[in-house]
Amino acid sequence: MSTPVKNPETQVKRPDESLFKRLTRQQLFIPVAALVLLVLFNLIADPSFFTVSIKENSLGNPVLSGNIISVLDNASELVILAIGMTLVTASSGGQDISVGATMAIAGSVILRMVCGGQVTADTMQMNLLLAVFIGIVVTMCFGAFNGALVAYFNIQPMVATLIMYTAGRSIAAWINNNQLPIINDIGFKYAGTFLPGIPVPTPIFITILMIVIFWLVLKFTNLGLYTQSVGINPNSSRLNGINPQMVKLLTYVILGACVAIAGFIRVSRSGSINYSRIAENIEMDAILAVALGGNALSGGKFNIYGSILGAYVIQFLTTTLYKYEVPSTALPAYKAVVVILLVVLSAPVVREKLANMKKAPAKASKEVA
Amino acid sequence: MKMKKVLGLALTAALALSLAACGGGGDKTPSAGSNPPAGGNTSAGTSTPPAGGGELITVGVINNDPNESGYRTANDAAMRATFTEENGYKATFYNNNDAAQQIATAQQMVQDEVDFLLLSPASTTGWDTVLKDAKAAGTQVILFDRMLEADESMYAAAVVSDMPAEGKTAVDWLASQGLSEYNIIHIQGHMGSDAQLGRTGALDEKVAAEASWNYVAQQTADWDEATARTIVQSVIDSGKSFNVIYAENNGMARGAVAALDANGITHGKDGDVIVMGFDSDKWAFEAVLEGSWNYMGLCNPLQADTVDTIIKDLMAGKAPAQKIIYTPEQGFDCATLTQADVDKYGT
Repeated sequence: MSTPVKNPETQVKRPDESLFKRLTRQQLFIPVAALVLLVLFNLIADPSFFTVSIKENSLGNPVLSGNIISVLDNASELVILAIGMTLVTASSGGQDISVGATMAIAGSVILRMVCGGQVTADTMQMNLLLAVFIGIVVTMCFGAFNGALVAYFNIQPMVATLIMYTAGRSIAAWINNNQLPIINDIGFKYAGTFLPGIPVPTPIFITILMIVIFWLVLKFTNLGLYTQSVGINPNSSRLNGINPQMVKLLTYVILGACVAIAGFIRVSRSGSINYSRIAENIEMDAILAVALGGNALSGGKFNIYGSILGAYVIQFLTTTLYKYEVPSTALPAYKAVVVILLVVLSAPVVREKLANMKKAPAKASKEVA
Repeated sequence: MKMKKVLGLALTAALALSLAACGGGGDKTPSAGSNPPAGGNTSAGTSTPPAGGGELITVGVINNDPNESGYRTANDAAMRATFTEENGYKATFYNNNDAAQQIATAQQMVQDEVDFLLLSPASTTGWDTVLKDAKAAGTQVILFDRMLEADESMYAAAVVSDMPAEGKTAVDWLASQGLSEYNIIHIQGHMGSDAQLGRTGALDEKVAAEASWNYVAQQTADWDEATARTIVQSVIDSGKSFNVIYAENNGMARGAVAALDANGITHGKDGDVIVMGFDSDKWAFEAVLEGSWNYMGLCNPLQADTVDTIIKDLMAGKAPAQKIIYTPEQGFDCATLTQADVDKYGT
C-alpha cells in the first residue's frame, strides 16, 4: 500500500498532526482502532478476560480455553463470509443477503451426504472431503444463480439475492425431507471442534488457510485488480478488455464457495442442523464486517484485510457483551449503539471532518508556544 | 437492450413458476402467495357447507415454520397426517413464523369460508379482528399448541401445551435433586414466545424465592444451538462455577453440552453439571437415557388427534367438555426413563 505523496516541508513542520492524519486516512484505521479500544476496555475492566488456560476435554485431549480463543474460534464463519462478501461488494456495488440461507443449504447437503439419507447416523456414510466438495459445488451453483441475476440481468444485488434469502432455508429443509439429521461420528466434528492431540480449535486453522488462499490469489492473479476496476467503472473496464459480467459472476461464485466452507464449519460444530435458526442474521454481520473494514459498500476499491479485522471486531464485541452479562433482551441494542458509532466514524465524511478538527487545535497550540 | 428486457422478464416468470411449483409439490413451507387462492378454490368446489355426512369438512391450518425445531416438525407432520381427505377433511395449510403473515392468511381463509380455522399463533396478540370476522362468518376457531390473548367466547376450543406447568414441573424436579447450592446457567428461547415465558417464569420465581438458587448467567439463545454453545463457553471462560444448565429447548441444551465437552466438564448422571432440556426429540430422549443429560421436560407435539375429535364432536353438535384442553405433559429423568418411554414419546 503506497502512502499518498506529501509535501516534505509540512511533514517536518507538523509531525504529530500529519501522523494522525495519515493514520485516519488509512483504510484499516477504524477496525484497528475499534479492536484496540475493545482490548483496552477489557484490560481495564477485567484483565482476566485475556487468560488462556489448557484444559482437558471430555475425550481426554488437551485444549486451549479462554475468551480470546473463543473469539478467534467463533469468528471463523464470519471471517470467511466477510472475505467473499468483500469481493461481491467491490465488483457489484451491492451485497449478497442470502449467505445465511445458503449456509443452511450447504450444511443440509453435507449432512445429507454423510448421513446417507438417514435421520441419525453413527458413522459417516460418505468420505467427508467428497461430501464437503459436493457442498461447495452446490453453493457455487447458487452463487452463480445470484451472480447471473446481478451480472447479466442488472438486478440490484440485494433484490436478486432476496430470492435465495427467502427460499434458501426451505430448500435446505427440502434437501433432507424436512428431517433434522444428526451425525454422531466424532470424525465429522473434527472440523468444528478439535483435531485429536491439537489444542487449538480447528476452525481457526481453516480460517487461516482461507485467508492465505485469498492472499495468494489476490497477489498472483488479476482478480483483485479486475474486481476493483469493474466496481469503479464497468464500462471503462469493458473498453479495456475486461468482461465485467464475467468478473461479477465470478465473485458471486467465489462467495458461494466461502459460504459452503462456513456452513461446513457451522454444522460440524454440533453434527446437526436447524434450518430456520442456523446462521440466522449472519448476512447482516458479514455486511457490517465489510463496512467496518472501511470498504465502500457502493463498490470499487477494497481491502480484504479490513473486512477480516471487521469480522473479528464484531465477534470480540459479542463475546465482551456476553462476558459482562448484558441482559439478553438488551444485547441487540448495545450492539447497535456500538455499531452505529463505528460505522459513522468510518464514513469518509466524518473522517475528513475529524482530521480537520484535529488540525485546527494543533495549529493553535503551536502558535501559542 | 430490448432482448435483455425480454430475457429478464422470462427469467422472472420462470422463477416465480418454479417457486410456486415448489410450494405446491414439495412438502416445504408454502409461499405466502400461493396458498390463499388455493383455499379459495377449495371452498368454491364444495359450495354447500358440509352439514351432512358425505361432504368434506374444510379446515384452514395456520402453523409455525416446521423447520423451527424438531418439536415443530413433529407437530406439523401430525397435523398434515390427520387432516387428510381420507379422514374427511379438505385442508389448507399455511406455515410462517411471522404473526403478521399468519394473520393476513387467516383473514383470507375466513373470507373463503372454511368451516374450521386451526391456529397456532406465532404471537399472542393482534388476532382480535380475525376472531371477530371468523365469528361473523360462522367459522369456528380452534387453537392448538399455543394460546393467544382473547376472550374464551371467541374460540371454540384450545388444545395447548401448558408451558407454565412444564416450567413448574422442571423446577420442582430440580429442587428435588437436593443440591446445597444451585448455580444456574439459564438459556432462554425466543423472548416473548409462549414457551419461553412459561419455562422462564417458574425458574425466575424460584430463584427470587430461594437464597441458595442463583443465576450465573441468563441469556437468550433464540432457540439456536450455536448461540447456546457460545453463551456457556463465555461463562466457562470467565471462570465462574455453575452446576445447572436449564436450557429451554433440546437444541440449546445440546449446544450447551458441546461447550461442556470441549472444556472437559462432566455432566449428566454422576456429572458435575445437571443438564435440562425441553420438547420431545428422540435424540434428546436418548441423551437422557444414556445419562448424558439429567432431565427433559416433555412438550407433547401431537395435538392433531385431539383436535380431530373436537371437530367431529362439534360437527355432531356436541360442544367440548372443556374449552381449554392441556396436552398431558411430564418430565423425564435419567434415573427413571425407560426405552419404552423413548419409543412412545420420542419424535
